[in-house]
Amino acid sequence: MIWVIIGMAVVTAVPRFLPAFIVDKLNFPAWVDRWLNAIPYAALGALIFPGIMTVKPDAPHVGLIGGAVAIALAWFGLNIILVVVGAIATVFLVTL
Amino acid sequence: MEPNAVAVTNQSARLMMIKRGIAAGFPIMLGYLPIAITYGVLARQSGLTNLELTLMSILVFAGAAQFMGANMIALGTGMVEIVIATFVLNFRHFVMSLSFMNRLRDISLKWKVPLSLGLTDETFTVSSLHNKEAKEPYGTWFYGALILTAYISWVGGSFLGGVLGDVIPDRLSQSMGIALYAMFIGLLIPSVKKETKVALIAILAMLINFLFSLFMSDGWAIVLGTIIGGSCGIFVLKGEEEQ
Repeated sequence: MIWVIIGMAVVTAVPRFLPAFIVDKLNFPAWVDRWLNAIPYAALGALIFPGIMTVKPDAPHVGLIGGAVAIALAWFGLNIILVVVGAIATVFLVTL
Repeated sequence: MEPNAVAVTNQSARLMMIKRGIAAGFPIMLGYLPIAITYGVLARQSGLTNLELTLMSILVFAGAAQFMGANMIALGTGMVEIVIATFVLNFRHFVMSLSFMNRLRDISLKWKVPLSLGLTDETFTVSSLHNKEAKEPYGTWFYGALILTAYISWVGGSFLGGVLGDVIPDRLSQSMGIALYAMFIGLLIPSVKKETKVALIAILAMLINFLFSLFMSDGWAIVLGTIIGGSCGIFVLKGEEEQ
């Protein structure tokens, strides 16, 4: 078992720390910088959808409703904690 | 100023950054705790001991992969398969780390390595959207505190789940499953309000991830969604370079 855990740790850690050495050695042209600066937004998109529909896997609309409430709360400029709490409360109520 | 006074100011600036890092990491903590406890419970049922499941959280620190790993262990899957599946699922962190490390280019390697090891979907996205700290003095302490807050919640929550079992009522833990998605949305929306083009990048990434997930593993679909979605930033983020 310990070797499974160590194996998982190694293949997770190497892709994480390799870029630290890559950026130390390489300078990127401006377009690559722009690409890398867009990665957080793209990652957010890919992480939100379609994963959000699995909050309640047999009822994908539950996650979507929670997401819609989160969008609304965030749009009104609420603090992120309140956005999170509001979405939790919504899912709680919708699944009553 | 006397050297002593300088030292005190430096210390309080550092403390300030640590406090801000913990505050920024708080939503991650809220999202991680219930998931980590659930992982602990599931891993116990999969036959891992408390020590093993906590060690996995300490060494791997990747939620989705740990759930998958525990599942595969329960099914009696071989080690090589588990490790390869973990690699595929976590390869997205390579892309994220490249983006984050490129932003932190100017810090020393002895900071870069530990910070990069603490990157998850959540610590990466929260850190990246707090990009002004990268240019402030002691910015590394901010990111360090943020990541440690998340790490401690994850490791502590896993251990609690393993020891206490299902302490959070089912209904509540299911509702809390939305927490991290809501956090991602709460991070994305203010950026979209500031710069509408950001929405284009995110939506493209969503669609690509969705389409590709129909015929390939979730791991590769997220990697490709992130890379291809991000590539449209080459064209649309033109004006933002000197931010």
